[in-house]
Amino acid sequence: MGQKLVEVENLKKSYPITAGLLSKHVADVKAVDGVSFYIMEGETLGLVGESGCGKSTLGKTMLRLEEPTAGRVCYRGSDITAWDKRRLKAFRKEAQMIFQDPQSSLDPRMTIGDSIGEALLIHGMNDEPERLGRVAELLEQVGLEPEYTIRYPHEFSGGQKQRVGIARALAVNPKLIAADEPVSALDVSVQAQILNLLTDLRGNFGLTYLFIAHDLSVIGHVSDRIAVMYLGKIAELADRAELLNHPLHPYTEALLSAIPVPDPHQQRSRISLTGEVPSPVAPPPGCRFNTRCPRVMPRCRVEEPELRSRAADHPVACHLYD
Amino acid sequence: MNENILEIAHLKTYFFTARGVVKAVDDVNFSLRRGENLCLVGESGCGKTATALSILRLVDSPPGRTVGGEVRYHGEDLLRASGDRLRQIRGNRIAMIFQDPQSSLNPVFTVGDQVAEQVKLHLGLKHRQAMEKAVQLMEQVGIPMADERMKDYPHQFSGGMKQRMMIAAALSCDPEILIADEPTTALDTTIKTQILDIFRELKQARDMSILFITHDLGTVAGIADRIIVMYGGRLAEAGTTLDIFDHPKHPYTHGLLKCLPDISNRKDRLTPIPGMIPSLIKPPDGCIFYPRCEWHMPVCLQKRPEEIVISGKHRVACYLYS
Repeated sequence: MGQKLVEVENLKKSYPITAGLLSKHVADVKAVDGVSFYIMEGETLGLVGESGCGKSTLGKTMLRLEEPTAGRVCYRGSDITAWDKRRLKAFRKEAQMIFQDPQSSLDPRMTIGDSIGEALLIHGMNDEPERLGRVAELLEQVGLEPEYTIRYPHEFSGGQKQRVGIARALAVNPKLIAADEPVSALDVSVQAQILNLLTDLRGNFGLTYLFIAHDLSVIGHVSDRIAVMYLGKIAELADRAELLNHPLHPYTEALLSAIPVPDPHQQRSRISLTGEVPSPVAPPPGCRFNTRCPRVMPRCRVEEPELRSRAADHPVACHLYD
Repeated sequence: MNENILEIAHLKTYFFTARGVVKAVDDVNFSLRRGENLCLVGESGCGKTATALSILRLVDSPPGRTVGGEVRYHGEDLLRASGDRLRQIRGNRIAMIFQDPQSSLNPVFTVGDQVAEQVKLHLGLKHRQAMEKAVQLMEQVGIPMADERMKDYPHQFSGGMKQRMMIAAALSCDPEILIADEPTTALDTTIKTQILDIFRELKQARDMSILFITHDLGTVAGIADRIIVMYGGRLAEAGTTLDIFDHPKHPYTHGLLKCLPDISNRKDRLTPIPGMIPSLIKPPDGCIFYPRCEWHMPVCLQKRPEEIVISGKHRVACYLYS
């Protein structure tokens, strides 16, 4: 660790909604609406939030797999949003993504070896024996037999496919990996295998992760710092232990209390949030969480709270702490 | 609590596929008592859904067929009941809700109509009374402004609201037994707690028996009276919630409990269950769990273990205890 690998400043991504014959632009889905954070080299930043909060869009926009609407993403101090195609291709060797559904991210008509090898080919490893050797090495690193190169995706279980997805991401020796719900499609007994693998790889290759998940117990296990996202904005961001032990935002408190505890003796009282997540097309005025917040004040309905630290390094966007 | 209202004995449901016979449910025995919440726990492919579908004879045929066993509802074997008799029971005395509320609702009718239809069909009420009953049911499951929202179509409802609608429809005939197949799996964390609260209330207020199917041990700890752990189409262990969580016997149950991330006690590495879920087409001889079991013995390869009673309601299918 030591220096910032990625710094995201006021990043926005909105998708236009069009209507009618002439596809008139009627509104925007503000999936990511002004998000700032950094990731130190070698650290894991966990990003947690419910469906539709914009966490996947944030991951993709950070790697410029989606073009940002506004804001900056600096990688090693240089703004990637201004980069041309050539520099962006070089960046793809540095930054990779792992997806939730290994089934749909692998081509069913390509062997595992070809799927992984394709990434190497794109980035200039034209020598076939060298490429095959590298593929075999990658498979071993993710805990698969090197002989599997000639098999097709349908011959693998969900957990094995996710290992292939990880091997493919590792093929180009990246520094930064955005992992979007990498274990949520897996069974619990296999989930632990993949989480361990990701932890090991981080140690072995000095990887930096943006780890995106809806499950706070998974995020709490893997992260050094945790960002909580709600309706396109960061509600709270803090060190793992600080966030889990001293949550400030009422939304974080509710998420924490909603983690099911696999212990019948420790059934804590839950903070039940009423209502539903509002639409990101028309977020409520004031604080976005005000419609569901158990501690809402009149001010929250009119004035939007700013994300800032009141004490130490623990920014929170909530009027309770002003 | 002592009366068994549903008894499942030697249930066998097989799927006859081109690749071979899948023994999805392979000689499973259990009973459901009045007013209890029985949780059926296991990973994907363990046969928990096939078990539930077999109870109401809802297994798609072909390829599936219940080839043996009995499902006795108040002593009457549903597997041998006439179609008319089954229709009297299904939806009326035994109701079922599914994981994905989206696909259980008809998109072209309003949600109110769909609940009212159930009421008309099963209780023989006239349209107006049925609509009034529908509003009552929707209020009971916590849908705000039910008399307005009943005119909405399914697409206007969020996932959590749709699941509430499914529960309302299932409750319309005041069933004795509610079978819920992963009812919270597709929902966000904060919505999941709301739905689980409904299940707790239902059990208390209506003295209803609930067969709750889930892969999530955390969810189970908060709601179950008794638990059945399934693996590879067979019962691995059954017992009270305290039996299973405090004194797990089967190595698979041990493994499931150990592999979960725990944010209050973080370890560097999780303890996964090695290997993967077996194919049910050619399951290993003997105990189906032995390829993944760290305590397996020579006898485990030879013959399927019989169920052994540990104490009271606690039974396990494992040679370690014979």
